[in-house]
Amino acid sequence: MSRYLARPLVSRYLSSVSSHPLHVCIVGSGPAGFYTADKILKAHEGARIDIIDRLPTPFGLVRSGVAPDHPETKIAINQFSRVAQHERCSFYGNVKLGSDLLLSELRDLYHVVVLAYGAESDKDLGIPGESLSGIYSAREFVWWYNGHPDYSSLKPYLKRSDTAVILGQGNVALDVARILLRPTTELASTDIARHALSALEESSIRKVYLIGRRGPVQAALTAKELREVVGIKNLHIRIKETDLSVTPADEEEMKNSRARKRIYELLSKAAAAAGTSEADPDQRELHFVFFRQPDRFLELDERMGHVSGVNLEKTILESVGSGKQIAVGTGEFEDLNCSMVLKAIGYKSVPINGLPFDHKKGVVPNVKGRVVSHPLGSLSQTEPGLYVCGWLKRGPVGIIATNLYCAEETVESIREDIEEGVCKSAKAGSKGLIELLEKREVKKVEYSGWEKIDAKEKQMGSERNKPREKLVTWDDLLAAAN
Amino acid sequence: MSVLEAAHENDIDLEGACEASLACSTCHVIVMDTEYYNKLEEPTDEENDMLDLAFGLTETSRLGCQVIARPELDGVRLAIPSASRNFAVDGFVPKPH
Repeated sequence: MSRYLARPLVSRYLSSVSSHPLHVCIVGSGPAGFYTADKILKAHEGARIDIIDRLPTPFGLVRSGVAPDHPETKIAINQFSRVAQHERCSFYGNVKLGSDLLLSELRDLYHVVVLAYGAESDKDLGIPGESLSGIYSAREFVWWYNGHPDYSSLKPYLKRSDTAVILGQGNVALDVARILLRPTTELASTDIARHALSALEESSIRKVYLIGRRGPVQAALTAKELREVVGIKNLHIRIKETDLSVTPADEEEMKNSRARKRIYELLSKAAAAAGTSEADPDQRELHFVFFRQPDRFLELDERMGHVSGVNLEKTILESVGSGKQIAVGTGEFEDLNCSMVLKAIGYKSVPINGLPFDHKKGVVPNVKGRVVSHPLGSLSQTEPGLYVCGWLKRGPVGIIATNLYCAEETVESIREDIEEGVCKSAKAGSKGLIELLEKREVKKVEYSGWEKIDAKEKQMGSERNKPREKLVTWDDLLAAAN
Repeated sequence: MSVLEAAHENDIDLEGACEASLACSTCHVIVMDTEYYNKLEEPTDEENDMLDLAFGLTETSRLGCQVIARPELDGVRLAIPSASRNFAVDGFVPKPH
């Protein structure tokens, strides 16, 4: 069904300011990029959009982040594909901002540049032993099992012991716990990368600890994911009843957030159910550990350079005003042995030359999506024609849907600026981009190239009862695209 | 037919990212009259899980893909949350959740 029929409501946004096309470039083809493109196409009949991505494949974290056992979450790709195939929109993959072209060059070619390239780095703990082998960020592990071409050769240590520790209790932490603990027979029919399935089939990990520095009321996971993990067959959930006692501040937090309250109730139910059942030796275990923060990583002498455990400090909660509680160390420590650690404590955006960046928050400083010229300067001085959307704008929080409203806000700022006459002069747009890329011999992958990759993956997948068998190296992806 | 399908049939811009799989909250609608909200069946746990995360959640929020059109709902008014447009229509201000 066509969603691009002209409608009276939309036409009030029609740009009557200029008679030449509005050239837009969006950097990043994940949800933020695609929702931005969708809204600009609908709001401006004269807009022509190029979406560039450093990967040959579009869709960002929908392809490389959403867990293999969550196929319904990937359905969003259908709408994004329709946007990419719109006559006024083009996708160019294998084009990297900073290497293949500069931000200043993009701003010369396009009236509007929207940076939506997300957060491809990680928060660090900054504690001793963090560089021991066997310690990975959840992002690296997720990209590994999802076949991201930068991490296919990660080779995580899955055979050294039966225990893995995950630091963090958000949905990414739950994703990686599930992938570690689900029977591989269940994973075999998903789009998990082949090298990951093989490695997991030989994995000795049977116990996973999810460590949070605060309590169950503050846990960052959400109800759907918790419900799912508690419902996994033959997975024994362990939660200490004592961790479930709540403070008055906790009660207040739950009163103000129905999500928090429902999660607490689910955890309580899971703890009660766990308390009455016996773990049999073959069962896999998922432990929720609250009120513990990592102090340092441990290594045994005979396995020099490899992690053998985490030293954890017990914490208590302290109110810091406006309903927020933080974790404070008590000086009491305990060790937890393991052979693998996954840090799921948050992503971080990567700055690029020529782009104002707030290193403290890890985002591009902006006001409603308009990039602010100096992170510490006046908020009213913004860079003309330069915008941000998604995690690069808001920080690495939220779900796919969050980008819908984020894009709406950024596109509204763009619309206001166009009415103010920001985009008066003609620009080269796509034509200029293609000339530049040709001059630099960049092998861009167009949407039709992605369709070839897509077809090949689906065909390979059908031979193995999987929705697709992902191509996981740069060479294979680029070869399939051409 | 669900509210989401009805919206699409009438060219109303209501997103349905997961195509009614209860895996997102982009079809979030606000039932403007409590009387009509009460006529609807209670949301399931799965719908509530998604509503927990919905932008601009109110006490009369539902997912459009889960509300099925029936004759008893004739005349129901639904608001679509927006980041930039003013909520108030005909003086209606939704109660925040």
